[in-house]
Amino acid sequence: MSAIIQVEALSKAYSYKLALKQVSFEVERQSFVGILGHNGSGKSTLIKLLCGLSKPSQGRITIGGWSIPQELGAVRAQLGLVSHALMLSPTLTARENLRFYGGLYAVPALDERMNDLLETVGLARFADQPIKTFSRGMQQRLSIARAFLHDPSILLLDEPFTGLDQTASKMLINLLEQAQTQGRTIVMVTHQVELALQYCDRLLVLSRGQLQYSGQATDFSLAQYEEILRR
Amino acid sequence: MTPLFWRACWLIFRKDWLQEQRSRELISLMTLFGLLSTLTFSFALQLDRLSRVESVSGILWVTILFAMILGMDRSAGNDRENEMFLAILLSPIPRAAIFVGKSIANALFALTIGGILIGLMTFLYNLPLLQPMIFLILLLLVIGLASVGTLLATMTVQTRSRSTLLPIVMLPTALPLILAAVSATIPLIAQSDTNNVGATWIQLMVVLDGVYFGLAVLLFDFVVEE
Repeated sequence: MSAIIQVEALSKAYSYKLALKQVSFEVERQSFVGILGHNGSGKSTLIKLLCGLSKPSQGRITIGGWSIPQELGAVRAQLGLVSHALMLSPTLTARENLRFYGGLYAVPALDERMNDLLETVGLARFADQPIKTFSRGMQQRLSIARAFLHDPSILLLDEPFTGLDQTASKMLINLLEQAQTQGRTIVMVTHQVELALQYCDRLLVLSRGQLQYSGQATDFSLAQYEEILRR
Repeated sequence: MTPLFWRACWLIFRKDWLQEQRSRELISLMTLFGLLSTLTFSFALQLDRLSRVESVSGILWVTILFAMILGMDRSAGNDRENEMFLAILLSPIPRAAIFVGKSIANALFALTIGGILIGLMTFLYNLPLLQPMIFLILLLLVIGLASVGTLLATMTVQTRSRSTLLPIVMLPTALPLILAAVSATIPLIAQSDTNNVGATWIQLMVVLDGVYFGLAVLLFDFVVEE
């Protein structure tokens, strides 16, 4: 398998602190990579850098051979982002939200695609209700549908399980497994170590902006993770 | 500018318009502010007819400017909530289309308020404000303010003190346009524009609109970068 994402000596500094220090790794096509770390370890910063929403202070990111953020335009349509923030308009209905994003990505056969996704995330019955009337879990499920809408080849997930109940979490896991078997690459930031150990192929562990572990999930244990956090 | 660009503008505009249709948040806020300001000025300033002619155009356009600042700040804030703006930035549409779509929406909200205020001031001050040329000035003012305001609101909404920062950066930037609008309006209200002075100021407003819009389109990409 070839690397679809390459990160070399990546650093990100904010005016008050260095969020990432010399982080390097590769993500292979069709793999499921988990990024672990405590709060403030630089996980979300890394996701923002990967989607080109933030500029690196140093280092290099390439996705599918394109430099990010300089050549982001070439890969934007290939990226799907699920964040702990909903990225949806609360006053619009579920269908209106999806129609808006479907339009931005010029999704073909949009109505059919929306109906399929609303069915998949269990919101078909609520499609014409404003999402401010939804529970947090329902809103997050719609946010997942939004990220899948344009059929991206790379899914970037920043704490996607936030606010999801057990059923919705199971649904998301099924969706992610299905996405991986369909050839998509998944990069997921999470606090849930057990979940990452169970489903991810590879793990990256960040602590204070530095990469502390990069390797197969099967070679990593919860005890090792706790040891990294204690350091 | 391709059809795809205009389609993206339409989608952004339509999203803002639909949001406003549902919440009625911006237009209510701007209208309420405009009405209260106008009434306050009306009661506070006991003006004779000559002073009214000179003051009313200033009151009208400055009230619209303040109402627009409120509206544009809220509109940019709505997109920042739930990080919707980030998702829009991540989509494969030109960033200039985001700016144009949002500017058109902001301009239409302001035109609605402007129309209401012109009607109200005609009644309160008993002055001939219901003229096509006054509406042309309103249109030109709103285009310029929406261009520069959308850019500045996008910039200031990323800061902690966004609501105080936007007026601070917006007022000096908007001053030339406000001065031109006031100067173009006075001879029209006084019905004494024998030397066509108003037309010269209107031409200046067209130039300022072009400069503001052009600069805002060029700078928008830099503003949305972190």
